[in-house]
Amino acid sequence: MKAARYPWRKFKDRLMQLVMGGCAMLVIAPLGLVFFHLVKSGISAVNWQFFTHLPKPVGEAGGGMANAIIGSLVLLGEAALLGVPVGVLGGVYLSEYGSNRLNFWIRFSADILNGVPSIIWGIVVYALVVIPMKGFSALAGGLVLGLMMIPLIMRTTEEVLILVPNCYREAGTALGISQWRVVVQIVMRTALRGTVTGILLALARMAGETAPLLFTAFGNRFWTHDLTNPIAALPLQIFTYAISPYDDWHRQAWAGALVLLLMVTAVNVGVRVLTRDRMTEDP
Amino acid sequence: MTTATIEKSVPRKRLAINSPAITAPAASRLEALTPSDWALDVRDLSVYFGTNRVLKDVSLQVRNRSVTAIIGPSGCGKSTFLRAMNRMHDLVPEARVTGAVRLFGSSIYGPEADAVAVRRRVGMVFQKSNPFPTLSIVDNVKVGPRLGGVRQRSVLDERAERSLRLAALWDEVKDRLNAPAVSLSGGQQQRLCIARALAVEPEVLLMDEPASALDPIATARIEELILNLKKDLTIVIVTHNLQQAARISDYTAFFYLGELVEYDTTSKIFTGPARQKTEDYVTGRFG
Ligand SMILES: Nc1ncnc2c1ncn2[C@@H]1O[C@H](COP(=O)(O)OP(=O)(O)O)[C@@H](O)[C@H]1O
Ligand SMILES: [Mg+2]
Repeated sequence: MKAARYPWRKFKDRLMQLVMGGCAMLVIAPLGLVFFHLVKSGISAVNWQFFTHLPKPVGEAGGGMANAIIGSLVLLGEAALLGVPVGVLGGVYLSEYGSNRLNFWIRFSADILNGVPSIIWGIVVYALVVIPMKGFSALAGGLVLGLMMIPLIMRTTEEVLILVPNCYREAGTALGISQWRVVVQIVMRTALRGTVTGILLALARMAGETAPLLFTAFGNRFWTHDLTNPIAALPLQIFTYAISPYDDWHRQAWAGALVLLLMVTAVNVGVRVLTRDRMTEDP
Repeated sequence: MTTATIEKSVPRKRLAINSPAITAPAASRLEALTPSDWALDVRDLSVYFGTNRVLKDVSLQVRNRSVTAIIGPSGCGKSTFLRAMNRMHDLVPEARVTGAVRLFGSSIYGPEADAVAVRRRVGMVFQKSNPFPTLSIVDNVKVGPRLGGVRQRSVLDERAERSLRLAALWDEVKDRLNAPAVSLSGGQQQRLCIARALAVEPEVLLMDEPASALDPIATARIEELILNLKKDLTIVIVTHNLQQAARISDYTAFFYLGELVEYDTTSKIFTGPARQKTEDYVTGRFG
């Protein structure tokens, strides 16, 4: 009797495998869809002009997003200036110093902050910085991205430092090296690649943030020479162009989206390369 | 469990596991020693992890320019004792050390003492070799003096070479000093760790089962180098390997359940120990 049911059981087994495999494939499909659509709609507008020219007034053909690309880089630079040192040093504190109780609360706060929707960050910085300063500014935009990066980098830094085997801390300490030097020159050095990976991923995430910039950097259509003035950013420009009624702007919005996606993907791939090297080099 | 084994193998009248003779601290029998011969002078040393007292009132003196072996079954506190000699327990928040340890006369736990300075004078080699994976061979050796404040390149180079020679590694690595340390074999890595410790120019070198993970040839090289090193410094070595203790040490301390059972010259410990427990251990009746 058992033998008789065997093919049926095998069939069910196969069927379930197919269903689950199909579900797993579904994660690849959106990625393909996104890439296909962006390339199809945007590639025609990705040209030299796109990278080197300012936006043209409505009705004039051509123009590019040079100011938005540079603006995004400026904002990320500002954010890194704030988020990288504070995040990394905070992560070091969590991993190497601090009492369990205090660290629990710091970790808990960082995790909550990492879950705070980005529009809320935007409103808060709008209320606390933009209104008192009487205007949108590149500084406020960098600030909000930097603040968002801090808990993100803090947690990844802590995680990679905790992975450094204790035997290296002991070896350094036993050599008569003071604790902060052991931490900086031995532990952090051992975890350098992981730390850099965390920073890059945080930057890649910030590169796509739009909501908090609507309240802070605001965006504009020309070069910004003063950080207390509004500044353009790729996601903002994409947003503005995408909701406009003009075909040419739509094409440019797709092109901007494509460029942004390629930039973020490049960072992700770079991170993969960094982490793969790490595994093959020191087993 | 250990007790059960002993009861089977030792005549009952000689079984003295709970007798005062065993639990009382053994008096040192090193009559020849005077305080000026002592590199380390340990008095009533106890170490607690939380409420667990792992080391119990250990007193012993380690002779300058000699090899002292610490033997005893697993978990008896050998590593704990060794780590108390260079204040490694400072890294463990729940660890507490009581008693006194003097290094050439000056207290290492006293209010004046600086743990970092103590560790420059008392180096340590660990059971599992742990060269820094991000540093080259030569940078591993230089890192101690460099981060300890030696800036001059020539001094660092000279120290690195001398330490590598002392660790009997120079000839094997002199043509690839800038290769990653992790490219060395296990035995070479452990000798690199010895060189790294020597580069700080310590007066005492603590070694915690430095050869337990190595093959017999690599082990022999380490033993040979230990015998060479004792001309210049004091070595305290924890070993599981009784033959090794007998081969390389001048003095041997036998620990059991956190207590120092017996401490004497190595030949006395292995040929005519005063305590039954020691004899049982060195003759392989337990452990
Ligand atoms: N960091 C620590 N925290 C708590 N207990 C410890 C710690 N280190 C060692 N011990 C305990 O101390 C005892 C002695 O350990 P150890 O000195 O490593 O023994 P040995 O080196 O002789 O094998 C063991 O019971 C061990 O569990
Ligand atoms: Mg041990």
